[in-house]
Order: sequence, then C-alpha cells, then structure tokens
Amino acid sequence: MPGDAELRLRERLGKLSSLPLLRGTRVSGEKERLRKQLEQLEAERNQTEDEIWRSVELARHPDRPYTLDYVERILDDWVELHGDRSRADDGALVTGLGRLDGRTIALIGQQKGRDIKERLDRQYGMAYPEGYAKAMRVMNLADRFGFPLVSLVDTPGAYPGVAAEQHGQGGAIARSQARMVRLSVPSVACVIGEGGSGGAIAIAVSDRVLMQENAIYSVITPEGCAAILWRDAGEAKKAAAAFKPDALHCLELGVVDGIVAEPPGGAQEDHAEAARLLKAALVEALGELEDLPADELKARRRAKFRGLGVFA
Amino acid sequence: MTETRIDVQVEHKHPQPDEQKHPNTCPSCNSHFRDDELAAALYVCTHCGHHFPMPAWARIEWLADDDSFVEEAADVRSADPLGFFDLRPYTERLAEAELNTGLGEAMVIGHATLDTHPVELAVMDFSFMGGSMGSAVGEKFARACESAVSRETPLIAVSSSGGARMQEGILSLMTLPKTVVAVQDLHDASLPLFVVMAHPTTAGVLASFASLGDVTIAEPGALIAFAGPRVVQQTTREKLPEDFALAEQNLRFGHVDAIVPRPEQRSYLARLLRLFAR
Repeated sequence: MPGDAELRLRERLGKLSSLPLLRGTRVSGEKERLRKQLEQLEAERNQTEDEIWRSVELARHPDRPYTLDYVERILDDWVELHGDRSRADDGALVTGLGRLDGRTIALIGQQKGRDIKERLDRQYGMAYPEGYAKAMRVMNLADRFGFPLVSLVDTPGAYPGVAAEQHGQGGAIARSQARMVRLSVPSVACVIGEGGSGGAIAIAVSDRVLMQENAIYSVITPEGCAAILWRDAGEAKKAAAAFKPDALHCLELGVVDGIVAEPPGGAQEDHAEAARLLKAALVEALGELEDLPADELKARRRAKFRGLGVFA
Repeated sequence: MTETRIDVQVEHKHPQPDEQKHPNTCPSCNSHFRDDELAAALYVCTHCGHHFPMPAWARIEWLADDDSFVEEAADVRSADPLGFFDLRPYTERLAEAELNTGLGEAMVIGHATLDTHPVELAVMDFSFMGGSMGSAVGEKFARACESAVSRETPLIAVSSSGGARMQEGILSLMTLPKTVVAVQDLHDASLPLFVVMAHPTTAGVLASFASLGDVTIAEPGALIAFAGPRVVQQTTREKLPEDFALAEQNLRFGHVDAIVPRPEQRSYLARLLRLFAR
C-alpha cells in the first residue's frame, strides 16, 4: 500500500516529467533526487510487505503446534468430548475438559491435522455447522458448572461446502457468537495460527482475546482478497500488506488485547517453549477475570465488542 | 487435417453477457420496465415475479406509514482506518458509492410506525458497495438496536449484503460480534427482531444479525448463503444442487420461517407486530 508520502512524490515526479525542459539540468537533477526518494520509500514498503507475509507463512507453517499439541502440554486430566448430540462429530473442532494450573476449564479449538489422512478427516481445520453445535454444547456445559472457557483459534475459515450450507453454516456461526455473549463464566481466546473470518470469530467472542506473535487474524484469506480486489490470487502478498492481518496491527486496531510471545524463529521451532508461553498468558488472563461477578463480566464483554470499529 | 467441423461459433462470438443487461431488464424473463413502472411495482417483475433489488429508501417509504419515518445516525460514515489501497483507494470507492447512490452508507436506520405500530427499521442497500458491512454499518445496526430498546419497539432489519467489507480488514470482521452483541440488547429487553432476507444475504451478514431474527422471512429467489455457489464450487468442486443456497432451499432445510413475496411483506410484518404487541 503506497503511503501519502509516496503518492505525493509520484505526483510531483509525474508533473516534473511532463514539464517542457526549459531549465534542462536543474529539472533533471530534481527528478533524479525525487526518483531516489521514491525508490527508498518503495524499499521500505516492500520491507513491511515482507514482514506481514512472513507472519502469514509462519501462521500456516506445517510444523506449527496445533490445538491438541498445546492441550497435551498445557492441560492435566484432559478428557475430549465428542459430538454435537444431534448429527455428527466434527473433527475440525475439538472440545473437552482439563485442568489448567489447578482449575477445571472447558476448551474448544480448531484442529488442522498433521498428515494428509488426518487433514482430510479434519477438513484442514474448517468446521461444519456441526462443529459449532458441538462447541455450543460445551459452552452450555461450561456455563452450568462454572468452568472458564478457553478457545484456541486456528482455521482458514468455516467449511464452504454444499452440506455445510444446507446444515446452516451462517446461522451456526451467528448463534455460537451469541452464546458466547451470554456466558456467565470468564472466557479467553487465543489465535494460535490462522484466525480465518467467520469460522474464527464464531469461537472468539471472549473477555480477553489474545494472539500469538506470528498468528494472523483476518476477514478473508490473502488469496481470496487478491482474487476479488486485484482479480488475481497471485497478488496475495500485496493483499495481505493492504489488510494487515498480523498481530501488531490487530493490537493497534484494538481487536486483540495482547500478543503472546513465541520462541525465536516461531512456535514451530520449539513446541514445549511455545506451550509454556501460551500457558502463562492464559493463566494470567483468566486470573484477571476470575473474581469478576457474572453480570460485570457480561457488561464488560458487551462494551468491548460494542465499541469496536472505526468510523467518521 | 482431421478436423473438418465447421465453426458454428462465428455468429456467437460476442454473446451478450448477463451483466450487460440494463438494470431495468428482468434477468429471468427479459421484460423491460421504465423506472416509474418498476418503482410502482415495488421492484418486482409484473410478468414473472422476479424480485429486483429494492433501494433502501423506496423500501422504507413503502413499509413506514406516511411521513412517520425519522432517520437516525444519518451522519455516520465509513472511515479508512487501514489507508486501504487496492487498484484504487478505498476513500475513492466510498466517495463514488455516495455519489452514485445518494446514500451515506449501505444501511439506513430510523424509527417509524407500520400500520400504526411503532417500530425501528434497519434497511440495507445493495447498491452501496454491495451492501458490504464495515464499521459504519456495524455502528448503525447497533444504534438501531439501542434506539429500539429505548423506545421499547420491535426492530425490523432488511438484509441485502455480500458480506464484510474487505477494505476495512479485520475491523469489518468485528462488525459480526458487534451486531450480535446489539441483538442481545434487544433480547435482554424482551423485544423482537424480525429479519427480512433480501437478495443477497451472504457471508458476514448471514453469520451475524441476519441469522438471529425471532421471525425470519426471505424474498423469493434470494441467495442466502455463508459461502456462495462460486466459492463452494471453486473450493470443493462439489456438484451443486439446482436451487443451491436460494431462499427456497433455505426454507426446505429449516433456516427461514417463510418465503414472502415483496407485495405481501407489509401485511405480514403488520401481523407480526400485532402478535408481539405488549
């Protein structure tokens, strides 16, 4: 995305180039200087473009820890809960109970799958409405027993398929958010990889929303955005730089409350250390919320999401 | 030379693509209407019943009792928090949309009476950047809910939107929880939300307030989907059923209460308002 400075420079350069050469050398010297400045600005832009794209690549790194990798390292006494009690058990969204730092919590999170077979079984972490129905079932359970709710978000998006539509994908995502708004227990969400659009927000209407250092959170995939606005999916890098899905920008826009550090080089380099850092962040966030009465929790959650957005 | 087939394509080298049809030409039966004819028919084809997109103000004037509508939050406009620039700057697209539609944003809100019942209206207009939901639309919907709560009236929302507005990045995704939270305010006050799903009601809008109606009706033939036919086809290569993602399929699968042709919607909504009157 060209900044104001770059646009101004381009305009001046354009004007200069179209001037009839009355004062020859002086003008061409000026042109040279402007061109150099422009090159410098372009280099800086490419640098942030590259930085943002690095986040996209790390967020999708095949060795990055997934929800169950964290569950194994963070929780004791893990019991996975299966099925939405009406139609299916969606492998793309795992739910269960475990003990985090001595307290029982309910956990929901997308799971991508490590090898080809598991990826197919889990639809690459893209949940059907049945997955969100399962999540809602566990939210109800958490609410009834007073278990705090932890969401780990890692999905390219909700599954876009014929059956998913027929089973009410849009409605499932809307109702899952509405259920989270009504929770009487504290909730913390962390984007641990790809926070893809509606599929992500469905489980991330939480009191505290965190994001790992190299995670991304976005309204559409860079490829999808590029295909629509640039009419070329190959411009994904430009698209990502334009809509800025990286953690720093999400923090700046007030969309996330905090950034969770990763081991040097990214979470894929050291699963144990990544888990230790995530656990510390989750425990701290839950600690801050624990003593708030249910009404206060709900009121603050409402105010937090009501207040989002930038408009004139 | 094995190929001796005569090229019969010559005469059809430049087929008229659908998009090039005049906006007042019915895409299903090719009948053509003058502007005033279309407006008088509530933007419904008088020959085949096809529902054209209905401008927000035309719909409000039709639904609200004469001179009863009072617009709210008219000054809320989109900002450009990301300095978004694709092939053109977002600010330029916004200015163009405002110029072409005469609207400040893709949603108009306000209070009115419908068949003498006080009601809040939140009506989307597809012609403003595809009815896409950015921060301003999210804010307007939230204010409509709050206005309904303060006046203790039901809210009628008419959705017509392609989804979230990409040019606002992650903030456009945040309009989903923002509108969901706002609907919760209505629920807390025991006030109903009635949703009319017009063409198209897709992606972000379906994954938020449009799916949270206490009673939900759809216009005939409206596309109602989280992922539309093109996205599903491209991503999964699945074969699509004939009426995939249309209002009719959504009714069959239990996602809407009824399909109500536009000319009957006013009396349908009036009936609902009587039923829910306190």
